[in-house]
Amino acid sequence: MIPEHDRAALRPEQPTSAEATVGKATIPPGHPWNRIPVIGAVSALVGAVACAILGASNPKQFFFSWLVSFLFFLSLALGALFFVLIQYASQGGWGIVLRRIGETTFAMVPVMAVLFLPLLLGLHDLYSWSVPGAAEHDALLRWKSPYLNVPFFLIRAALYFGSWSLMAFLYYRGSRGQDVSGDPAVSVRLRRLAGPAIIVLALTQTFASVDWIVSLTPHWYSTMFGVYFFAGSFVAFIALLSVVAVAMRRAGLLDTIISAEHLHDIGKFLFAFTAFWAYIAFSQFLLVWYANLPEETIWYKARIEGSWLPVSLFLMAGHFGVPFFYLMGRTVKRNGVTLAIGGAWLLAMHFVDLYWQVMPTLHPEGLRPSALDVAALVAVGGCFVAAAGWLMRRQALVPLRDPRLAESLAFENV
Amino acid sequence: MPFLFPQLPKGPHYGILGEFSTPADLYRACERVRDAGFTRWDAHSPFPVHGLEAAMGLRRSPLPWIVLGMGLLGAALGFGLQWWVHAVAYPLVISGKPYFAWPAFIPITFELGVLFGALGAVLGMLGLNRLPMLHHPLFRSSVFERVTDDAFFISIESWDPRFDPSATRTLLESLGARSVELVES
Repeated sequence: MIPEHDRAALRPEQPTSAEATVGKATIPPGHPWNRIPVIGAVSALVGAVACAILGASNPKQFFFSWLVSFLFFLSLALGALFFVLIQYASQGGWGIVLRRIGETTFAMVPVMAVLFLPLLLGLHDLYSWSVPGAAEHDALLRWKSPYLNVPFFLIRAALYFGSWSLMAFLYYRGSRGQDVSGDPAVSVRLRRLAGPAIIVLALTQTFASVDWIVSLTPHWYSTMFGVYFFAGSFVAFIALLSVVAVAMRRAGLLDTIISAEHLHDIGKFLFAFTAFWAYIAFSQFLLVWYANLPEETIWYKARIEGSWLPVSLFLMAGHFGVPFFYLMGRTVKRNGVTLAIGGAWLLAMHFVDLYWQVMPTLHPEGLRPSALDVAALVAVGGCFVAAAGWLMRRQALVPLRDPRLAESLAFENV
Repeated sequence: MPFLFPQLPKGPHYGILGEFSTPADLYRACERVRDAGFTRWDAHSPFPVHGLEAAMGLRRSPLPWIVLGMGLLGAALGFGLQWWVHAVAYPLVISGKPYFAWPAFIPITFELGVLFGALGAVLGMLGLNRLPMLHHPLFRSSVFERVTDDAFFISIESWDPRFDPSATRTLLESLGARSVELVES
């Protein structure tokens, strides 16, 4: 450890006070990013109108398209929550300057709870087990009915959104409060809470993925699906983080605060969890393929038939093969443009992943893209972006007085 | 075992050793030694000093390429061996799967890729650093013992084209060296 005076002497250009470097770190008046909420709101409106017009004649397609987009943005928020929780739990220093991006993203959980409500209107269209009488002539559904029934499904959904919103509220309020008070005790309190919170998040996210994705194929079993959903959501959030961090730098926000060192670490996370996603996805497939039990293979059988097979192969190459080698090198991770290209690509692949998980239930005959897919994405995404942009205007873009802010500003990869 | 000892050009002196008292002094001295055009020299510190490799003007290590090459070689060998055994040399029907059941080959392919990559990293690092090495002329210096404790050093080797016993000593002293000594071969 270099003594503090030596460290300052090493780089005389670096101001000694973190607060002096960061300043107010807000979006200045007149900056183009002030328009993000309006752009998001207009997109949401256009998307909602398109959903209403197109969905009126094809409600089933609407509910499935909405589910994919809902899951996409929900997984970003949950990935962000996990990212911030592990930063606290591990007392990580490097990522403090990026934490507010994560906090803004997980603060969208209540928005996602509202966007979940339209799905309740289409419960019978989405989930065959929820249709009254579905279990009467189906032994497996009867066996699963103590779990797969509408009242319990709704109670669980309320429980998930309740616990996620509570965690989001505690961590967002704590961090924003510290901006004003500068009290290091906030960091200690949130660190102590982080361990239990990660357990709660792991359990709720697992069961939520079973409820909302696995139960689309109610006969299917996979004990690994929760981890698969988690892996995808964390990759997606890190991908979003890379895109937002680079966009902020290019927009002249945080360009003196987020350095190539931070981008490098985002890139490492992205690389590592792309490999983790592939590890989990393949492990799930291998066990099902090898055991060859009918109630397990139905899910994959639907996805290797017809035009779903090219989608499956595209997912393997696009969510793992290509980004794995693309993100391996150091130069790609330290350059903003190349990192953001990788992040944007993986965000798109995460959407393909969720689409591939959900849509074969509606279209077992093959890939059938619909205008409603786009309309739902624009509507849900517009709400998400508008709310996040609104929040960003009202807050500092970094935790101003976190005790580890100086460490994060001076962070360098060895 | 000649590889355990440094293979050095013959001469009365190994080089010159300058001792610095703080990492900041070492950092600045490295920048100056680099700018003076020396190529055969090294810096020594009890702990990593951030940015020192840039101050020394070091190029990036080729180690990542060795690891990538070894990892790909291991993966190819792992996959190739299984394909040859199961599909060519001794085909057997195992749990109703095709002979060339590639999903079953992936775990071993992955493991061998990791194993070869790790071996490439460790052995490549040792090779590039010319380790293991049982003795080094710098250990003749009693001042140098403090390199694992609280002192920082620059050593310039005598076969550097710009090396000159008296001029190099003056240079190190002008850079703030606490002590400078000539180390024998």
